[in-house]
Formats: sequence, C-alpha cells, structure tokens
Amino acid sequence: MKTVSLISQLIIPLFILFTILYGCAKKVRVYDCFVSGAKGGVAVVIRIFPYLLAIFVAVKAFQSSGAFEFAQEMLQGMLEFFHVPIDVVSIALIKPLSGSASLGVFTNIVKTNGPDSMASLISAVIMGSAETTFYVLAVYLGAVGIKRTRYLVPVCVLADLVGIIIAISIVKLFFN
Amino acid sequence: MNTVWVLLIVISVLFSILNGRLDELTKSIFEGAKSAVEVSLFLLGIVCLWLGITRIIEDSGLIHRLSGFFRYFVKRLFQDIPPEHPAITSITLNFLANLFGLGNAATPLGIKAMQDLKTLHPDGETITFEMMVFIVVNTASIQLIPFTVIGILADYGSKNPSAIVLPTLLATFLSALLALGILFAVRRVLK
Repeated sequence: MKTVSLISQLIIPLFILFTILYGCAKKVRVYDCFVSGAKGGVAVVIRIFPYLLAIFVAVKAFQSSGAFEFAQEMLQGMLEFFHVPIDVVSIALIKPLSGSASLGVFTNIVKTNGPDSMASLISAVIMGSAETTFYVLAVYLGAVGIKRTRYLVPVCVLADLVGIIIAISIVKLFFN
Repeated sequence: MNTVWVLLIVISVLFSILNGRLDELTKSIFEGAKSAVEVSLFLLGIVCLWLGITRIIEDSGLIHRLSGFFRYFVKRLFQDIPPEHPAITSITLNFLANLFGLGNAATPLGIKAMQDLKTLHPDGETITFEMMVFIVVNTASIQLIPFTVIGILADYGSKNPSAIVLPTLLATFLSALLALGILFAVRRVLK
C-alpha cells in the first residue's frame, strides 16, 4: 500500500519534470510553449461553463426536491429481497449525479453503520468503481459542442446500473 | 442530454410541490448556479495547466514516442483514428490519469482528447462512435487504488481498509468491459 501511494504521489511531478527536460533537450522554448498552450484553456472553460451550469442546477434541484427519498422507498422492498442494505440505494443514486455529495453520503454511511459493515463495504466499492456520469457527459460534450448524442446517454445509464449490480455481487462474493 | 435535463427539472419541481419543499428547491437552484461557477474556476486553472504541458509534449515531439508506446491498445479500441493523430496520445494520457486516480489531470486531458477527436470530424454536431467509446470508458472510471475511500474507511477505524482494493479493481474492470460491450452491441443492433 505504501509504495503504491508513493508512486501515485510521484507520478505527476515526475511526469512534468520529464516533459520539461525532454522539451529542453529537443531545444524547445518550454516556457513560451507552455504559456501558448495554457492560453487555449480559457476559451475551453468558457465554452463548458453553460453546460456545467445547466447540469448543476438540475442536479441540485433534484437533490432538494425529495425525489431521492421516494426512489429509496420504491427500491427498498427489492433490496430486502436480495439481502442488500438499504443505504446502498442512496450511494447508487447519488454517485452518477454528484461527486462531492456522494462523498458526503458515503462518509455518513460509514459513520452510522461502522466501517466493516456490509453497507460500508458495498458503498466503498461503488464509490471506487462508478463515476459522476452526468458531470463527465456535460464537460466532455460541452467541450466540443456536440448536440446530437445518438444512443450515448442510455448506454451510460444502463452501464451505471450494470456497474452497481456488479459491485454489489462482488462484495457479497468476497465478504460472505 | 436534452431528455435527461427535462426529466430532472420536471421531477424536481413536481416532487418539491408534493413534499412542500418549494423553498428548498428555489434555494438549491441558485446554489447549483454558484457551484457551477466554483467548479469552472477550479477547472480554469487545471485545464490551462495541462493544456500548457501537453503543448510541450506536442512541440518537443514527445507525442510520437508516447503514442507509439500505447498505439496498439488504443488502436484496437478506436479503429478510425489515423496512427499519427494527436488523439491517440491525449486518450492514452487521460486513461493513465484515470488509472492512477489523478482526477485533476484526467478531466483536462479528457477535454483535450475530445477536441482531438473532434478534428477528425470538424463540422458535425453529432457525436462520433470514437467519442462514445472514449466517454463510456471514462464514465466507467477505471481506477487502480481508491485512495479517498480507503482514507475514510481508515478514519472510522476499519480493521483492514485496503480489503476493498481487490473487489473495487474487479468491479471497475468488469463494469468497464461490460459498458464497452453494451456500447458495441447497441451499435451492431442499430446498424
């Protein structure tokens, strides 16, 4: 564990150092080059901003409306049937929508159920194996101004669902 | 995205009327706008930083070495990208950043990758299949070690916080493979 975390701490500084030294060796004016590349970033972020705004407003509104609690109640019966802790629903629902909110929900689950409980273990694996899908979609599609996404969004939602079922099954397999 | 957005807004307003939470709803809408600004400011910094670094990679010719190194794997997944195209490097760097859990580098490099993919079809407003493959791999979030999660488990006194590493790894790879499987299957069905 220690070596792995050391490697992941080293990787960015070493990568930047290597890139700059390589540039110098190839007689590139690295400073001017860096600045001219960075300049392009401003336009990118300005282009993404309206897309981010749209998705953030919708997600926050959804969170505050109480629709979450409703979905949780709907799914409760099904989860009890499969012996899955109910808390898992909240993490499965929030993870695709918001990164910071899901971290809060996860911390809360660990606090109330204990770190070695089934609920915490399943949530931990979902946290590590799922992504904030709608944020990724908004940023990446916004960056290049794509309007027609064909079948991408349904595929991503279906993939999220499958991913959560996989996470639950794997934890059940490992820790039972 | 249009459908998703409409659904989220309609459901939110209906539910907050039913639950008598209209006050909270109004507040949250402005909160959403505020956090969009905060996240954009944060993105502004890291996107410019990584675009600067990738410019050095391009101008120094390092791009050819990096793309040569990973060409085989990326070419299998993205069949329509020409061999020397910059998209191969930016996609590779984005995948590596994801793998090592470097979210701050993954997003800017992903934006760069999308722009590089766009240069293959500069006029279209319709998504290309390559872009879909790229986004699906990103939403499946392939990550080797989930450091934040392990940290929280350890903070609350877990006996063995790193016990989740192997299950997470399995789950993340399996779900990424299945996500790609679904994408390729849908393409075949719709053809």
